[in-house]
Amino acid sequence: MKVPEDLRYTREHEWVRVKKDEAEVGITDYAQGELGDVIFVELPALGARLTQMKTFGTIDAVKTVSDLFAPVSGEVLAVNGDLKDNPAVVNQSPYEKGWMVRIRVEDPTQLDGLLSAEDYKKLLGAHA
Amino acid sequence: MLDTATALKRTPFHPRHIALGAKLVPFAGHEMPIQYEGILTEHRTVRSGVGVFDVSHMGEIRLVGPRAASYANWLVTNEAAALTEGKVVYSPMCLADGGIIDDLLVYAFGSDRLLVVNAANFAKDLAWIQENVPEGVTVVDENAATAQLAVQGPRAEAVIAKLYGERATSLAFYESFQEGTDDDWTVVSRTGYTGEDGFEIYVRAPKALALWDRVFEAGAPEGIRAIGLGARDTLRLEMGYCLYGNDIDETTNPLEAGLAWTVRLEKPEFSGKQAIQASKEAGLKRKLLGLVLDGDRIARPGHLVEMGGQPAGRVVSGSMGITVGRPVAMAYLEGEAAIVGARVDVTARGQSTPAVVASRPMYKNGSVRSPKPRRTA
Repeated sequence: MKVPEDLRYTREHEWVRVKKDEAEVGITDYAQGELGDVIFVELPALGARLTQMKTFGTIDAVKTVSDLFAPVSGEVLAVNGDLKDNPAVVNQSPYEKGWMVRIRVEDPTQLDGLLSAEDYKKLLGAHA
Repeated sequence: MLDTATALKRTPFHPRHIALGAKLVPFAGHEMPIQYEGILTEHRTVRSGVGVFDVSHMGEIRLVGPRAASYANWLVTNEAAALTEGKVVYSPMCLADGGIIDDLLVYAFGSDRLLVVNAANFAKDLAWIQENVPEGVTVVDENAATAQLAVQGPRAEAVIAKLYGERATSLAFYESFQEGTDDDWTVVSRTGYTGEDGFEIYVRAPKALALWDRVFEAGAPEGIRAIGLGARDTLRLEMGYCLYGNDIDETTNPLEAGLAWTVRLEKPEFSGKQAIQASKEAGLKRKLLGLVLDGDRIARPGHLVEMGGQPAGRVVSGSMGITVGRPVAMAYLEGEAAIVGARVDVTARGQSTPAVVASRPMYKNGSVRSPKPRRTA
């Protein structure tokens, strides 16, 4: 199970890739494995304002539905339109092609509360 | 994963699941494979080729003795007495009030009857069957000693031919044969829960791994794959087959569940007959029907169905109709919503998804020879 070192994580199994004042968000390899085949991802509209730890979308897998939680607050700058036609990339490439939204980070101190790769691995260890 | 994992039963095929890297989950007290490669792939394998399910969690109860057939006929709503040798019948088993205790298969071997019941209901069923047993019938719990594989798909016959020859390939849908002795028996039936042609094989637990290996060896040219319970659910859902605990339970009767074809009201007596007869005469208040949804959002159990903004029913099963190509569901519907072709909305989490009411099965091109087992006259 992959946990890239350069990303930050939430306890709800989202990952965050910080580039300057933007945060790219997706779900982790562990999360996609637990969900199974993803068949539909519902994402917010461009320009929507997300609030940290509030739901911003849902993921439908064959067996279950799961909420997506915003790791940080801010405006949605981009959504991954490819997921509409090919939601399976969330399973195939959770950290790259399966990204979901890019958010403009309003409050950089919110990033400090996210988990490091090492902390996230420990969290997963508790699940194993 | 869970503290209860240590208490879960493992089927005799467990080592093969581990070797294949299956994702194992607790299911009805058993540690079962929910998927191997992914539900989408596994579902398509069964629709187009052949797949193998470990269904050893299913419970086997044998009724033995001169009155076994007539007792089985009292227990279940369908005909279970006047059956030709090896005939298999699907039937609900009902309480006196018509509520469904379980749905099961009845196999006819001489005057004996083999009942195959749901894992989650096994203890309850066994207690019910023992409670009501008349003299002249012995109830034999065969569950722990029995392993079961389902070989399903349009290529299943080619695989089974190599193992059991014409004896198996000449079986019609819902027919079976039994071989061996009382202590070491094998049953092969042309049955399944997928909508495809297929066979179910029951063997004694010590022979399970050898059977698995023979099935995979025989199936290698057909591209045979192991299939988990996840795809078992999506396959049965497209066919509109009932899943006990979701679609039917002790609060539903067979008529509203669309199982009138399994209820033989002309039988002199069976458990639940008067209540089911009365419910028929009073008229059904709700009916279990299919839904095919617009859009990609999945209907889940518990979601509300509305028609013209008014409550019209509730979803009991739902998932992606992987072969249908749209999300599909089953729902108990009332009034004008309980008509095939009606336009309704499935609402959940503040979102509303349009859907059309559909007859079951929602997937109509399966290789199974008949969507419903034929009755013997």
